[in-house]
Amino acid sequence: MTRYEVIIIGGGPAGLTAGLYTSRAGLKSLLVERGALGGQMMNATLVENYPGFPEGISGSELGSLMYRQAARYGLEAVTAEVTGLTQGQPYSVSTTEGNFEATAIVIAAGSEYRKLGVAGEKRLSGRGVSYCATCDGFFFRNREIAVVGGGDTAITDALELTQYARKVYVIHRRDQLRAGQLLQQRAFAHSKLKFIWSMVVEEVLGEKMVNGLKLRNVETGQQSILKVDGVFVAIGLTPNSQTFSNILELENTGHITTDERLATSTPGVFAAGDIRQNSLRQIGTAVGDGVTAAISAFNYLQETRKSS
Amino acid sequence: MSKVIEVTDRNFEQEVLRSDLPIEVDFWAPWCGPCRMVSPIYDKLSEEYDGRFKFCKLNVDENQQTAMKYQIMSIPMQMFFANGQKVDEILGAVPESTIRTMVDGILQSFPTDEKGSSKSS
Repeated sequence: MTRYEVIIIGGGPAGLTAGLYTSRAGLKSLLVERGALGGQMMNATLVENYPGFPEGISGSELGSLMYRQAARYGLEAVTAEVTGLTQGQPYSVSTTEGNFEATAIVIAAGSEYRKLGVAGEKRLSGRGVSYCATCDGFFFRNREIAVVGGGDTAITDALELTQYARKVYVIHRRDQLRAGQLLQQRAFAHSKLKFIWSMVVEEVLGEKMVNGLKLRNVETGQQSILKVDGVFVAIGLTPNSQTFSNILELENTGHITTDERLATSTPGVFAAGDIRQNSLRQIGTAVGDGVTAAISAFNYLQETRKSS
Repeated sequence: MSKVIEVTDRNFEQEVLRSDLPIEVDFWAPWCGPCRMVSPIYDKLSEEYDGRFKFCKLNVDENQQTAMKYQIMSIPMQMFFANGQKVDEILGAVPESTIRTMVDGILQSFPTDEKGSSKSS
């Protein structure tokens, strides 16, 4: 079994940056990613808020640049799903491609789309229920659709979907948006967007395809039906931390508890990016986390060497 | 080398529905990030299962007729075919192990002989 000094779980901006720093510090490092390197950045058509790219850059291109930079310093990468992390020295990371050992671990496994958790949602997934506007907007040309959520992602999605749909309803459980001011201005000025305030989705309707939503007003409790052909769910993300819950302390939200050095409750295990508590879920903050976690892992390795 | 075959509206019938081997079709599009996340998995499996299971991809933007016929409304969508019939599907970007389990299951239900043809059941 190949022994590493650091294993990084997750190949988004946090993991790739951690890998750059540990490799460049001369540590034998392995990055394990289940999909493609880049993580959620892969979904971003254009990233406009990551410094250094005045014209913006596509998320997939940014991911591939980050990987090339880390690979130059010797970061190894494997495509595999992590199935378990076993405590001990060394730590053992079991994956679908075999087991790997390392002295220090950086968990940067990110998060997934949160589901509505209502009747009809699962059954009609891929039949009008979608979690990726960039992917699926194309299938709703001239249709009437809804976006659920009120944050940056929801409003960005809604604006993007106006390119295809005839009308886009934004359903939000509050009476104002959480999205940034610039996005709000764009959204309120858009003739195809219609806002439905203080409503939650109770059920996704339709036999073989979505044909509507059952809504409930959170103030009055009154129910109503909205006829739509599709619904895009953009109500946030849920961390991919279940695999590690046996050895790490998690918050109620499922995020990994860390200190300011990004150390978890288990010595030698660090967490970076979306998966940790209080993450701002930006590429920039994930990159910063990657740096912090890598330096903490480096220091931990120095200390364990001294004491052994 | 990846053995994934590009299929189109024009050759879908021939390549997929008349295939001797069980088949996976990955419905994808260039603008779909998660599609790019799963495609390396199919490249890998296509080599590993070469001669036993066929892996294809269809660009839904360029081949809207087939995408409409199978009522694709979300990608990545992977549909599985055997003996000209759709037998199962996987929606979204899923881990390699999930796809492997599906492929192995289909191979059990639709075994191929030494010559690589499906035994008619």
